[in-house]
Amino acid sequence: MTALIELTDVVRSYGSPPVTALAGVSLTIEEGEFVAIVGASGSGKSTLLNLIGTLDRPTAGSIRIGGLDTGTLSDAELSALRSSRIGFVFQQFHLRDGVTALENVADGLLYTGTPRGERRERARTALERVGLSHRLTHLPHQLSGGERQRVAIARAVIGDPPLLLADEPTGNLDSGSGESIVELLHSLHSMGTSIVVITHDVGLAARLPRRVAIRDGVVLSDSSSGALL
Amino acid sequence: MSASRLRRSTHQPSASTPSRLRPADLLALGSSGLRAKPARAILSALGIAIGVAAMVAVLGISASSQAGLNARLAALGTNLLTATVTPPTSGDPIPLPVNATDRLARLPGIEDTSAIADLPNVHVYRSSYSDPDRTGGLTVTAAELNLLDTVAGSVRAGSWLNRTTAVFPTTVLGATAAMRLGVTEPGTLVWLGGRNTTVVGILGPVPLAPELDVAALIGVPVATVEYAFTGNPTKLYQRVDDSAVEQVRPLIGPAVQPAAPAAVAVSRPSDALAAINAVDESFTGMLVGIGSIALLVGAIGVANTMVISVIERRREIGLRRALGATRRHIRLQFLTEALVLSAMGGVAGAGIGYLVTWGVALASGWPPVVPPLVLIVGAASTLVVGAVAGLYPAIRAARTPPTAALNS
Repeated sequence: MTALIELTDVVRSYGSPPVTALAGVSLTIEEGEFVAIVGASGSGKSTLLNLIGTLDRPTAGSIRIGGLDTGTLSDAELSALRSSRIGFVFQQFHLRDGVTALENVADGLLYTGTPRGERRERARTALERVGLSHRLTHLPHQLSGGERQRVAIARAVIGDPPLLLADEPTGNLDSGSGESIVELLHSLHSMGTSIVVITHDVGLAARLPRRVAIRDGVVLSDSSSGALL
Repeated sequence: MSASRLRRSTHQPSASTPSRLRPADLLALGSSGLRAKPARAILSALGIAIGVAAMVAVLGISASSQAGLNARLAALGTNLLTATVTPPTSGDPIPLPVNATDRLARLPGIEDTSAIADLPNVHVYRSSYSDPDRTGGLTVTAAELNLLDTVAGSVRAGSWLNRTTAVFPTTVLGATAAMRLGVTEPGTLVWLGGRNTTVVGILGPVPLAPELDVAALIGVPVATVEYAFTGNPTKLYQRVDDSAVEQVRPLIGPAVQPAAPAAVAVSRPSDALAAINAVDESFTGMLVGIGSIALLVGAIGVANTMVISVIERRREIGLRRALGATRRHIRLQFLTEALVLSAMGGVAGAGIGYLVTWGVALASGWPPVVPPLVLIVGAASTLVVGAVAGLYPAIRAARTPPTAALNS
């Protein structure tokens, strides 16, 4: 069976002289997994998320997403891959100010060519999925941090992508809101979405089925067991 | 359900459906950035608006003044021809014959003909106490009685010469002559050729015969008796059948001076009026040039605003790339934004330009005319300006790395 994500000896270095952010990472994630990538800041975990999300290309090595070798894809093909198969959740939410929650979520389908009416209809459904059916017409600044992140998650899953990538989804939230976001991610996972979460929150990582620890650009440990780091 | 979708997508590796952005959504995207910062949008569109307004107003005012002239010419008629003595290259000028008007009247196509004769040694003054050297640039001219009809002139006050007043020392003053002599009403005495002469009438301006404006007109009989007028006219006026103007024009010289046709210079005063307008046109060209410089400065303002906007919106661009926007989509979004910005300026500018044209034309008594071509060219140049101004910022935006959303 083809893995959902397959990284082989991935190296990413920046600038000249090169500074190595990832120094040969091989990692396979099957569909249906819920993985935490853990590491301190500067460990290379954000670089890894950029590469998995096809926002960046590796200096060396290969990355396959859903069986597609991303190295052979053009920029437009990678964009298509992102629009149809990958949902992103960011630490800073990245919602558009002055635009309602519903419109923000509908933007998740903007680059799929879906007509506006249908986008709004599906955005309503997505907001119901994340428990925000009472906040459709609210503007981002009228929402709490936890609610904003729910809107961002609804935007990420509106197109039903097989893969959800989350970059420190609880990083800007208080512990109560963070807790509810983790629960939401668990429920999305239980409905079939594969999820990769990047975090330095060991407590959050400990509750996930699989943890990949990164340090200095290499995989330190890869644990599918319940053992802590 | 989602499990089967997953299996399908992983078992058959194939390219995903291409990213697509609907045109309606592109337009909404292109204006969303402007709606977020309306004050900035209005200020940078203002430059474009001023440039377009300047161009539309200049061309509109020029067209209106042309329309005004055409209306005036239509009222005055373009069928008036004049004949004068050609200044000779050597020797004495050949004077026009005494019976010149009779000869012209026999030509086909001539509807009416009249003549004047400037009396070079006779001058007009306000009174006998005036300095004889200060003639004020005025002439004393003997005029035939049908002159006023031929040149389409009008009497502002008093009356035109008639058979009776033409015999006595009376005069009719041209508009400028009356002003320079300080005569405002008929009945006033002026000092003409060494005697008191009664002003019986004052003319309005005569556009087709401006030489009459500076003349003190007297009757032919009094000129002959009192001022030694020999009977040779200095200028002939002919009203010609509208359709025959070009055919009649070359016949005038031979008819007046059969022995020396070249000694007669024939001209068409309405051409001179049109020529004055042509001079205005070259001035218009310069103003349009200034307007296009304003447009260029406006374009630089738009480009500047767009570059700043691209730098400020790196995160948004990164987010859109993560949502599946291709480089082309980003480029189109910012190009559309620049086009919407300059189109806003263009529409506002065309409106302002139209209003200015309207105001100036009404104030000048012209029919307000804005040629459709001007509006089309204005709109087209606005789009070109928007595209050029938006190109560099759009390319820059498209180069923003997709990772910008995560890194900030």
